[in-house]
Amino acid sequence: MVTTSDYAGLKPAWCPGCGNFGILNALNRALVEMKIEPHQVLLVSGIGQAGKLPHYTRGNVFNSLHGRPVPPAIGARIANSELIVIAVSGDGDAYGEGGNHFLHAARRNHDITYLVHNNQVYGLTKGQASPTSDVGFVTKTTPYGAASPVNPIALAIVSGASFVARGFAGDIDHLSHLIKKGITHRGFALIDILQPCVSFNHKNTFQWYRERVYNLEDERYDPSDKKAALEKALIWGEEIPIGIIYEEDLPVYEDQLPVLSDGPLVKQKIDSRRVEKLLAEFM
Amino acid sequence: MPVDFNFMVGGEAGQGVQSVGFLLAKVFARGGYHIFADQDYESRVRGGHNFFRVRVSDGKVDAIAEDVDILIALDRDSIELHQPNMVTQGIIIFDGEKIKGVSGNNGSLLSIPLEKLAEEKAGDKLMINTVALGAALSAVNYDLNMLNTVLVDRFGKGEVGDRNTAAAKAGYDYVQSERKGNFRKIKPLSEAKRMLLTGNEAISLGAIAAGCKFMAAYPMTPASSIMEYMAAKSKDLDLVMVHAEDEIAAINMAIGAAYAGVRAMTATSGSGLCLMVEGIGLAGITETPIVIIDGQRPGPAVGLPTRTEQGDLQFVLHAHHGDFPRAVLAPATIEDAFWVTTNAFNWAEKYQLPVIILTDQHLASSYATVDPLDLSQVTIDRGMLFSDKEDDPSEYMRHRVTKSGISPRAFPGLGKALVVTDCDEHDEEGHLTEDAGERTAQVQKRLRKLLSLKQEIGTPQRYGPKKAEITLIGWGSTYGAIHEAVDILRKEDASVNMLHLNELWPFPAEAVADAVSKARNSYVIENNATGQLARLIKAETGYDVSGRILKYDGRAFTPAYIAQAVKKEGR
Repeated sequence: MVTTSDYAGLKPAWCPGCGNFGILNALNRALVEMKIEPHQVLLVSGIGQAGKLPHYTRGNVFNSLHGRPVPPAIGARIANSELIVIAVSGDGDAYGEGGNHFLHAARRNHDITYLVHNNQVYGLTKGQASPTSDVGFVTKTTPYGAASPVNPIALAIVSGASFVARGFAGDIDHLSHLIKKGITHRGFALIDILQPCVSFNHKNTFQWYRERVYNLEDERYDPSDKKAALEKALIWGEEIPIGIIYEEDLPVYEDQLPVLSDGPLVKQKIDSRRVEKLLAEFM
Repeated sequence: MPVDFNFMVGGEAGQGVQSVGFLLAKVFARGGYHIFADQDYESRVRGGHNFFRVRVSDGKVDAIAEDVDILIALDRDSIELHQPNMVTQGIIIFDGEKIKGVSGNNGSLLSIPLEKLAEEKAGDKLMINTVALGAALSAVNYDLNMLNTVLVDRFGKGEVGDRNTAAAKAGYDYVQSERKGNFRKIKPLSEAKRMLLTGNEAISLGAIAAGCKFMAAYPMTPASSIMEYMAAKSKDLDLVMVHAEDEIAAINMAIGAAYAGVRAMTATSGSGLCLMVEGIGLAGITETPIVIIDGQRPGPAVGLPTRTEQGDLQFVLHAHHGDFPRAVLAPATIEDAFWVTTNAFNWAEKYQLPVIILTDQHLASSYATVDPLDLSQVTIDRGMLFSDKEDDPSEYMRHRVTKSGISPRAFPGLGKALVVTDCDEHDEEGHLTEDAGERTAQVQKRLRKLLSLKQEIGTPQRYGPKKAEITLIGWGSTYGAIHEAVDILRKEDASVNMLHLNELWPFPAEAVADAVSKARNSYVIENNATGQLARLIKAETGYDVSGRILKYDGRAFTPAYIAQAVKKEGR
């Protein structure tokens, strides 16, 4: 039996009250409820406060470079198709430094789950504006206010992601449910998570989000309707929808690789003699 | 009479220069000859001037020659540019009906109505290159049937094959009737079965033989054909090639796959490697084995995209910040490229570090004949692995500090052991740490791996007399040209030998120091502008070489060029 204690990792070095705790709890709860054992999971993170999350739970961990959790997650997922691969980023990691990987992982529809802790600010480097900071957000590096933010939800949908959701670190039950859905989904699953930063973002606080978020499951909404999903993706301000915004069955990159139908690559034997048949082609 | 004969095919991009060049090489390889062939092309899909040189010899050859015996000129530029290289008895094959007013002293001009024959005999005027191919073989009285077999192999037995054999026959017959076979005769030697392949094909075969199951790359000349070959063979040979969105993704994907337990590689050229630099350090600190192919071309930046250089040596030795071990290899020949690659995968996994293979456009796209590779000689050594059955998985620590610095690898998901690693400095378990003691222990542990790796480095290759007044020192793809330059100089009674390195890091300092200190004159021969090996020798042995013979015009060395330059240095 898998219990919460199986996922007891190192003591987090996050600020007290950080939104990351909610995300960590939601992830652990999802894994326990899905009866997944830590050795079946691979957590690939980048750099930023979010990137530390894998150390604070248990599992296989590849803590990668800034902006780069997605490419090694893809490589590992292809190498061992039995691993449950979860990439973890912050907003700077995913949408700034790693923007290109984000677009193309969505486009190719790799079978990984991508948790993005979106606190609309840089935490690790202490309070600079991020790609998702609201317009006019004044920081030491943006004295005249931040420029227009990227819209990760809309970007993911138009890039071809097959599962696009938004969660809130202040609603652990709902977030945990989303993470379970994301893991179960076959294909690229983005979960952008509203994560208050108690130290550097005094605008987008728990209170601020609580007053605005509403659950899409509480209204009649069909996440398979791409046009409707794009409309939802554009809503930001007085109201912020959370939940599964878009979901569709699309061809999965890994399913198109003929070799993976013979089982995980890592379990396939090396046999140099198989090259013999290639040599004749050069005679 | 010994055979050392040189063909050249010249023309615009899109005229089939590469195709004729390859077929020429193939037909003589089938006839038991040794081949070395190189390609000179511009960065354009149509037009410009490209050429393909095929050296045919009855002895082993690893370099190109400057002389041309038969030139197939598909355009006027080919005649004008290459006439100075024609030998006295040389022949220039061209279509006098299309290229008018050609005159010249060097080489006898052999005008053939290539286009007319292509249209009349093969029903396709685009087949002028195949007509010219038949004509060239006729001009040395080679076996037409052998060409037919090669054409059928290439184009199939159907209509395309028939038209090609008809076109070749038309060219062949035309020359026979016009010149009555009044040429030198080159007959097929034997049924010696050799492979004809490029450096990139040798690398690809080496990678597959070594059990590489994952490659991610982004297209870049001259490395693209590796990813294309791997993709083409992915279904039959059970491997995966991912065409990534950029080089950064490519190397990071390969690292992810290697971490998960499969042998993985990437391939690029210098400016692609610039983007990959962060991955080199990531592999270094996470101790993830990966093989990186750098097909060098002249830099900086985009430089000369389709040409050759050895300008990345100092770059790959230092690429990335911080101290960590790596290995750098540089294949000497096309055959060596196969063995170096198989070796690279073993070193990467045994020592858990990035291994960089430095090749270049010259080696990557040149063809050579190679005796069938003996696959029974390929060894697979995956290094120290952790076993769930023998050890307690709850005790597993990915970066355990050991005497050798090597920590047994476990693969995520294959057992109960949790495999934790981090690009931050980490403790033995792999969790990030800022502890001074842990940091020091991990740095030292990683660097200790280099000590064992050093023991694996072989002695650089020597050629020529043990003691000589002049020692020529080279690395990588210049092997063939330097080797032959030694022969040329020794025929002229010079006292000269060669020291050649195909393993550059860890540096074989003792052997090189010994050679440099004993030579009266030591010259590095390098395809770069500053003598990057000379600097490495100085840094690692304290010795200065006495001279540097450098070439950085984007073209490969020829043996004659080196011999000439050595004589000039001596004056």
